[in-house]
Amino acid sequence: MNQQAPAPVPPALPVSLAANPKLSSWLKFSSDGQVTVSPGKVEIGQGIVTALAQIAADELDIDLSRVQMIRASTASSPNEGVTSGSLSIQQSGRALRHACAEVRQLFLQQAAERLGVDADALDVEDGTISGPGNVTTSYWELAGEVSLDRDATPGVTPKTASRRALAGNSVQRIDIPDKVLGRPRFIHDQALAGMLHGRVLRPENARAKLMELKEDGARATPGLIAVVRDGSFAGVVSETEHGAEAALNALRKGATWSDGEPLPDENDLASFLKAQPAESTVIDKKTAAQPRTAARTIKRQYTRPYIAHASIAPSCAMAQWRGDRVHVWTHSQGVYLLRADLALVLKLPVENITVEHMEGAGCYGHNAADDVALDAALLAKAAHGRPVRVQWSRQGEMSDAPFGAAMAIEIEADLDTHGEIIDWRHSIWSNGHAARPGRAAQPALLAAYELANPFPRMISTNPPQANGGGGDRNSIPLYDFPSWRIESHRLTTMPIRTSALRTLGGQGNVFAIESILDEIAAERGEDPIAFRLRHLRDERAKDVIRAAAARAKWKPEKRPGIGHGVGFGRYKNTGAYCAAIAEIEGTEEISVRKLTLAVDVGEAINPDGVINQIEGGAIQATSWVLKERVRFDRQRITSGSWTEYPILRFSEVPDVEVEVIQRSEIDPVGAGEAAHGPVTSAIANAVFDALGVRVRDLPITRDRIIAAMELSS
Amino acid sequence: MPSVRFRLNGAETEIDADPDRSLLDVLRGQLRVTGPHFGCGAGECGACNVILGDHAVSACDTPLWSVADKDVTTIEGLGTSERPHPLQRAFIAEQALQCGYCVSGILISAAALLKRNPSPTSREVKEALDRNLCRCGSHNRMVRAVLRAAEEMAAG
Repeated sequence: MNQQAPAPVPPALPVSLAANPKLSSWLKFSSDGQVTVSPGKVEIGQGIVTALAQIAADELDIDLSRVQMIRASTASSPNEGVTSGSLSIQQSGRALRHACAEVRQLFLQQAAERLGVDADALDVEDGTISGPGNVTTSYWELAGEVSLDRDATPGVTPKTASRRALAGNSVQRIDIPDKVLGRPRFIHDQALAGMLHGRVLRPENARAKLMELKEDGARATPGLIAVVRDGSFAGVVSETEHGAEAALNALRKGATWSDGEPLPDENDLASFLKAQPAESTVIDKKTAAQPRTAARTIKRQYTRPYIAHASIAPSCAMAQWRGDRVHVWTHSQGVYLLRADLALVLKLPVENITVEHMEGAGCYGHNAADDVALDAALLAKAAHGRPVRVQWSRQGEMSDAPFGAAMAIEIEADLDTHGEIIDWRHSIWSNGHAARPGRAAQPALLAAYELANPFPRMISTNPPQANGGGGDRNSIPLYDFPSWRIESHRLTTMPIRTSALRTLGGQGNVFAIESILDEIAAERGEDPIAFRLRHLRDERAKDVIRAAAARAKWKPEKRPGIGHGVGFGRYKNTGAYCAAIAEIEGTEEISVRKLTLAVDVGEAINPDGVINQIEGGAIQATSWVLKERVRFDRQRITSGSWTEYPILRFSEVPDVEVEVIQRSEIDPVGAGEAAHGPVTSAIANAVFDALGVRVRDLPITRDRIIAAMELSS
Repeated sequence: MPSVRFRLNGAETEIDADPDRSLLDVLRGQLRVTGPHFGCGAGECGACNVILGDHAVSACDTPLWSVADKDVTTIEGLGTSERPHPLQRAFIAEQALQCGYCVSGILISAAALLKRNPSPTSREVKEALDRNLCRCGSHNRMVRAVLRAAEEMAAG
């Protein structure tokens, strides 16, 4: 074979721009001084729309107020897949920055021609283009002359960090005024002309089948438009929301269900997870240059329960049919992906379906947003062309939406005679952490499993390690151990529905790693921060730990009833670095008094937005650790209300301090999931510091602490 | 259909509805006042809070008959974009939310608190908001915003 020198690698477009190269699909200029920007990513309460507007305004040299952000829709937006995995800034931000840089150049070329000056001699200020001799024009004047119906070209260089005016500055989020003034902004608050209301009937027992349905009670309710039934899928459509609720109650009384399918024992999750058929994968293996003999091995098991999304709003959607075309309004994280699944279930070409995003309540992963969209599309078939709005109940939201998967994690660490780690084995048993719509030949939508001709229930899988992994996310140590073996056992049965929840397996794995490390450091009598720093080679990792330690004045003096603990992680091992130090108080019932965090997301586009995300993640993680656990008996989910699924309240929320290490020359990554793992382990380690016991099963409740104390005494 | 009269955000309001229906249902339904949000329907999350007289109550478990001849204030009645309530200004200044679905109920609880206690401590703010749930973890910012609004109101 001829040996040829490899061709130079041509500059590549950012991923999202390569997939959607047409510049006009990203932004449009109007002659009245506005730029509309259409990202494929959606606002889910994380402030992404503002950060993207900042990026666009910066690159174009226009005032932020000129940027109009367009909600994603399959009718017009670039397809950017799903808004998840803390990737929006990375994917959408990078694409937009590149597209805007190129568009700015196109305008400058046009201006140069018109003004008869060299493009390099032109400047842009708030959209006004000026050059030598006081010649001026503007984006707005040239809007009609510059066609953006062309593909982006690789090799365009966006501004350097030092030339950006907005990125790196905290600007106020553009969605907040509407929300504090109570203006209708959420999908829940929209009223389409002629809109009807729908409700879906779902069984109490897991996967029970609808054996018989007496419809007369529901049919007699005022305002009833239709009772819909297709197999075990049943629902009502009514003129009013109140009427739909009344009809649903009547329908429930007329329903006879099968017994359903058994659920595991909620008090023995590890045994359940380990006994299921599973697909086993070696995630990573590192071999020591010179294997050494272990003086001893310590082996610990950690578990985390199923966790609910538990958004404050129940999921909601609207749908309207016109002939064989349907328009769906949704707070889904991925309008194109939802459309693909709707096409499978409705047996329509995707062209017949428009899916349009509207804001919902905070979204922490794959919740019921997509499910309720199919519910609405199915019920709207009976509405004679009128739009139907469907909203789930609180109980449905807490029982029928996918949960974050329960996990059992076992770590074995071989130690030499000095207590140094010489080998490390990490095994995970868990259902998959992703069963998102739009990615398989079968739909991932609840109603699809209930129809008379049902689709098979999707069993959750795990994204590959290259995309951050799923149950195995963050399982490969960031620490410099001589050797390791990481193994993941993904269950191939799924009695409890799971899918993506913030961090996927990251929270569980970081909890396990950081807990056993703490234990090993404590046994050696070594400071846990010194121990970590000694095993890290990455300076950015060390910097966040040192920054958090300095800020928390590590290590504060020992006081009775107070404990301090540290946790560290780099989300997905490739994303944001985060270190957390927790201060807790208590004897049997603990409270978290303070969390001190340091984070490095590379370039922080909107530093206050990053702090808001980290702070929110830290508080949510505290809630998970102290309180949260999906409850069930052998027939059904029992934690269908806030009483049975309590979350952290104002009086229980710790003080949170966040330090952002700004690295404006490093590509930005997301912040939404960085804090959960570090905070979880910091709290667990602080519990040990205060009480001398290790609680290895989440949540860390009074009962669990007492049990751990009994075990250790 | 019997009718119930009450004052909604200062305006005399008469509504023909079953008096046993929830106030939230009537506000969001017939009256199209969508600031109070449905969260649980059981008075457990505070997303639908309104001020009734001087107190914040959850509209989802308040029957319509019980507000007859009373004053009901929703988030829409707190302030407008031209004249926002100091709390609304403070929530913007502190960027005190993430998704914001809970925030209309939280502003209402805070407004009721400031009516009866114009200079609360941080602990008192937390107590007053303890029946409101926030899932995004914006609690500390909200407490800061309430204290900021209180200061601003005290300064006149």
